[in-house]
Amino acid sequence: MSSTIPTLVIIEHDGRAPKRSSLGAITLARQLGPAYGLVVIGSAVASVAESLRQYGAIAVLTADDPALNETLADRHAEVITQLAKRSGASTVLATATSYTKDLLPRVAALLDAPMATDVVALAEHNEAQCFKRLLNAGRLSATVRLDGAVRVLSARGTAFPPPAPGDTACPVENFPVDASALPRGTQFVSRERPVSTRPDFAEARIIVSGGRPLKDKENFDRLIGGLADDLGGAVGATRAAVDAGMAANQCQIGQTAATVAPELYIAIGISGAVQHMAGIMDSKVIVAINRDPDAPIFQVATYGLVGDLNEIVPRLRQAIRP
Amino acid sequence: MKLLVPFKRVPDQASAPSLDGTTGGRWIINPFDEIALEEALRMKERGEATEVIGVTIASAAAEEQIRAALAMGLDRAIRVDDERTLDPYAVAQILTAVVRLEKPDLVIMGKQAVDDDSGQVGQMLAGRLSWPQATCISKASFLNGGKQIECTRETDRGMEVIRVDLPAVITADLRLNEPRYVSLPGLLKARRRPIELLTTEQLGVTVQSRTTVIEVQPTPRRRSGTRVQSVEDLLIRLRQEEKLF
Repeated sequence: MSSTIPTLVIIEHDGRAPKRSSLGAITLARQLGPAYGLVVIGSAVASVAESLRQYGAIAVLTADDPALNETLADRHAEVITQLAKRSGASTVLATATSYTKDLLPRVAALLDAPMATDVVALAEHNEAQCFKRLLNAGRLSATVRLDGAVRVLSARGTAFPPPAPGDTACPVENFPVDASALPRGTQFVSRERPVSTRPDFAEARIIVSGGRPLKDKENFDRLIGGLADDLGGAVGATRAAVDAGMAANQCQIGQTAATVAPELYIAIGISGAVQHMAGIMDSKVIVAINRDPDAPIFQVATYGLVGDLNEIVPRLRQAIRP
Repeated sequence: MKLLVPFKRVPDQASAPSLDGTTGGRWIINPFDEIALEEALRMKERGEATEVIGVTIASAAAEEQIRAALAMGLDRAIRVDDERTLDPYAVAQILTAVVRLEKPDLVIMGKQAVDDDSGQVGQMLAGRLSWPQATCISKASFLNGGKQIECTRETDRGMEVIRVDLPAVITADLRLNEPRYVSLPGLLKARRRPIELLTTEQLGVTVQSRTTVIEVQPTPRRRSGTRVQSVEDLLIRLRQEEKLF
């Protein structure tokens, strides 16, 4: 490695391209300083690395081996730890996703470092670098200082917009992986990849979301899915709706599930429990459609419509479609 | 097969959070840890495990929650005496020492504490022990005579199935199970059961939190907007005022 890289940003990808939400962490890295590296771990990642060369990094660092093809935390953490040590990094960070939530704390432990989860901003206190993070279902924000030579951060995706690519391209540095020395205690078995033509949460301008009152999957798909498709949006759900089998688990939005911040969030049959609100608080416009005029969601919705969703949503769909 | 269930007591989420971490209301076992404990108990009831040990790091004020965990069915309960508010970095080090002492085959705990939302301890513990991990699990089954555990994980890319070799650390997600209620006779019996006390000195751990909290603030609340009277009214607002579509 040519020089010290003080900050490493772990970029998540699908083998073909970086995940858009991952790029937001570059914005946080830039706020820490101009010198950062982008890390891509996996198998056959050359094209992913190539597409990251214009994001202002010192280098794109890759570790490329079939043994890293699946996102197994023990293997990926081992490799990232080695990369962090070799580059003398004092900060390792990434956008908070299922992958990085699984991975980063393990990396922190291997580096004997503390970690701050769900960072939304930098702060300063007595000339020390501090981090503002959310806790308690997003009801509180804490300004914290992390002590020690190395620290690990996960960035709340909705707080950091992805940067635009620039004109200069940095080098790609590939690090040889000794696959035989990787941990072997985890085996990948399968992943259910639901096929969807809808945008994912990070890309969607509009999200249409439903709760338990949708009654069953068929009704949920028709009203929530139908309205989302009319608007070109994504589909979200409350925990109760997912528990009842109306929506897939990755549609769940809330404190312990996905965090979203679309331009328009339409909450249908959603009462507005604290745990759900934690996932939508940064949305630009919130529309609430609910039968109960006292539902807590009306206290935070930009526009509220009280009524029966089974009448309102079909009328809405009718009025929207050309 | 020995199971270790670390659990944390947290303020009851039904009440509004206070800025200094105290609560005027109740404390409860962290819901995700309760789910982990329930799973451990079911593993024992199915004959897959022989002993379920609970451990918490807390002052004596946590007694009520420890008794509730005993009443659910723990074989043993350990309290590591420490009244400090510890960060995940420190908690993971103390739990590492407990694991080295108790030598469980599987550690099962909640994926995150609902007061702090860090979601780090399980993974840090696994990293320190060099054990495999399976986080956010919604299903777990032992394989190969208990040498491996196959876990379904809820992720933002769909449901994922992995197999990890034991010993391992697994963390529970919401849909793993629904914890049992504790009966009144169970609670009364739990009052007479011993709680084993350990100090960090006995564990050979001197650790400080590496996270210093400078300040805690409530996040700005969204204010309520407008009630609209009809679908047409709503669409006018969204189209003309917000220019959304």
